[in-house]
Amino acid sequence: MSAGALERILEAVRSGERALPRGGGSKPALSGGATLALDGLSGLLEYDPGEYTFTALAATPIREVEAALAEHGQYLPFDPPLAGTGATLGGTVAAGLSGPGRFRYGGVRDFLLGVRFADGRGQALMSGGKVVKNAAGFDLPKAMVGSLGRFGVLLELTFKVFPKPESYAALRADFAATAAALEALATLAKGPFDLSCLEFEPPGRLWLRLGGLAEAVPPRSAALAQLLEERGGQVETLTGPTEEALWHELREFSWVPAGHGLVKVPLAPTRVGEIEATLADLDPTPARRYGVGGNVLWLAWPEPLGEARLEAWLQQQGLPAMAVTGRWARPLLGRVSGEGFARRVAEVLDPEGKFRLPEAKVRS
Amino acid sequence: MTEAFHTELAALFPPARLLTRPAQLLPYESDGLTAFKARPAAVVLAETRDEVVAAVRLCHEHGVPFVARGSGTSLSGGALPIEDGIVIALNRLNRIVSLDPEAQLAVVEPGVINRQVSLAAAPHGLHYAPDPSSGPVCTIGGNVAFNSGGAHCLKYGMTANHVLGLTAVLPDGELVTLGGPSLEGVGPDLAGLFVGSEGLFGIALEITLRLLPTVAHTRTVLAAYRQLAVAGEAVAQVVAAGLLPGAMEIMDRLAMDAAEAAVQAGYPPDAQGLLIVELEGVEAEVEAEFPRLMALLEASGPFELRVARDEAERAAIWKGRKGAFSAVGRLSPDYIVQDGVVPRGRLGEALDEILRLSQAYDLRVANVFHAGDGNLHPLILFDGNREGELERAEELAAKILRMCIRLGGSITGEHGVGVEKRAFLAEQFGAAEMDMMARLRRAIDPKEIANRGKMLPVGEAPALSQRGPHPLEQKGIIFRE
Repeated sequence: MSAGALERILEAVRSGERALPRGGGSKPALSGGATLALDGLSGLLEYDPGEYTFTALAATPIREVEAALAEHGQYLPFDPPLAGTGATLGGTVAAGLSGPGRFRYGGVRDFLLGVRFADGRGQALMSGGKVVKNAAGFDLPKAMVGSLGRFGVLLELTFKVFPKPESYAALRADFAATAAALEALATLAKGPFDLSCLEFEPPGRLWLRLGGLAEAVPPRSAALAQLLEERGGQVETLTGPTEEALWHELREFSWVPAGHGLVKVPLAPTRVGEIEATLADLDPTPARRYGVGGNVLWLAWPEPLGEARLEAWLQQQGLPAMAVTGRWARPLLGRVSGEGFARRVAEVLDPEGKFRLPEAKVRS
Repeated sequence: MTEAFHTELAALFPPARLLTRPAQLLPYESDGLTAFKARPAAVVLAETRDEVVAAVRLCHEHGVPFVARGSGTSLSGGALPIEDGIVIALNRLNRIVSLDPEAQLAVVEPGVINRQVSLAAAPHGLHYAPDPSSGPVCTIGGNVAFNSGGAHCLKYGMTANHVLGLTAVLPDGELVTLGGPSLEGVGPDLAGLFVGSEGLFGIALEITLRLLPTVAHTRTVLAAYRQLAVAGEAVAQVVAAGLLPGAMEIMDRLAMDAAEAAVQAGYPPDAQGLLIVELEGVEAEVEAEFPRLMALLEASGPFELRVARDEAERAAIWKGRKGAFSAVGRLSPDYIVQDGVVPRGRLGEALDEILRLSQAYDLRVANVFHAGDGNLHPLILFDGNREGELERAEELAAKILRMCIRLGGSITGEHGVGVEKRAFLAEQFGAAEMDMMARLRRAIDPKEIANRGKMLPVGEAPALSQRGPHPLEQKGIIFRE
């Protein structure tokens, strides 16, 4: 980064009443009221494949990072979403978004090692580190994940990366009944299968991805296909470019229909069945997918149903949610935990409320 | 400890669970870092979360510092008591509140032993991944406070990566719930921020842990080298080949000698560097990776390669490694365990420097490290009864930590800053960062009573200090022996 870009951002924080950054704009529900462009804050700063780490400026597009990592057979295993739509590293951290690959090795929270950020006084601060293991000082990088910019403007990020499996296969398994699909989902989630991804598409479809060595993947996928067939699933195996395209589409949320707002709803996987039952009662029924073995519901909320209806449903279910795309009065909905603690952190990092989202009204 | 505080504490805890006599306090004076000792004014043995909350609120009200303690295995002095403060012992809060195999979650109290979580999960085909060497003894509460690691961090991360949510009492008595029962969340990852806060953010009362499927298959290989640096190069080659072993551990000759003396691990007697690599995962994958790993290791120039043929042989290889720290006690009356991190690519450089320092200070240093993630554990051997040796050992330890900072690493990979490395945190971070962390601490703990004196320098809050006989001593309520 040119020193000028950094100084411009710090100055904007110091002099402005609000400092709400916008990266690639791939998550419009979160960047609508942005006041701070991050021009010049893009580029890979350090990357040593032997260390399994890289450091990049916060507004670096994921696409660019992934291309650089791929040259050395490495990747960000959590499949940062919306890369094709221009998502940046910083936006992914601030939104706390992980894609299907989160299932195997963890999410953005687990791969972010260090941050450099501007606090509300406009000073650049470091937290975490540049090595894969580090327990020194408070772990602010974790707090930045999902913070929606509330604790600072991200400037520079260090991530852990892994070697990318040399070969992949995907299985699509269709079940006649939701219950049978969910039983299979539970078996796969807790079994020793080392799946890279495990997704559920209601009413009865499972998507599995397994990665590994070229000689090991075919027998593993055959064994899994047999297991799913024994449970009544109709299985199709995908490989090669078709397989890659499938996961790319899931990462891009290309299944979300026009006129719908995408909402992330984290949940315990054991609740998928009951949640499904309540959603089926809605008219129109929202399109939806469950990712990460049933740990997250991606809900395409039809605009006509309205935000109040979603809020009521979330409260009823005792669930929190975050809007990703679409038009919303506020990004966080439902029952978000820890507000009392978050407020104390914000008082330190943002005493003047410069990073407060315009309509943010979150509850504990 | 004022009389008023003591009276109120006595109203919360029956005499059998409120320890104030020197003989009762003695076992609490130190933790795993035995070079430091401090006698607390009292120790309370809490049995319920309500008791913990009440004790914390009382401490806040009276401005009395407290230290939460599990099994006291901290290697950085994290559980070292504060003079005139109290210790809140959590060992009796040892219930696994719930274990849900379908959701792959365990909700536990802070006094639950690390290893017990995996034992309870095993019948369901699940386990708790973080495996510090002290796993059979250390508690989850301590693991959470210090973000404990273990030998398998490269692939699956540290404690923070396995804590999904927690309920905690903040140092001013507020109860908070952070995170939740899902792998995913929305809003800032505050459970993640709480983990590793070294007790400064309060006491975790209930912790939601992620359980992973039991490892289906392992291949454990031991490679013996005539030179330590060659073992380090082998690690770099495994990494460059794109293999992702569950663990890669290196021991030097002195560490092997210690392990031999303690547990007869059967390591090759003429090895100067020992590398343990463990592949783990589904059988088809591991068996496909295994020949690739063996080819790499064979080419790396070991004089012996040993593959564990069964679980017993695997356990024997690990027994020596996991017992290495305590085994060093067989070679030396005293030792300091260090815990620095360097970029993996600079391991060789770091080892050369440690060797040079060892010679310069005329102190033996045994090296055990998590090579996969550049986490060094030099064990500095000394005899505290010899004039000036402790000071020399501490100086040597300090030089190693400064080297870690200089090489772009960290002063701690998994043991935490504690009291031991408090002076070095300000060398790893700048003044602005130290100030920010101090302000953050005060926002959570205005009176700076939670584990005062750990991680951060003691700030503006007045330290409680007494000179001469303690008022309660004069009254015959407490004793010094």
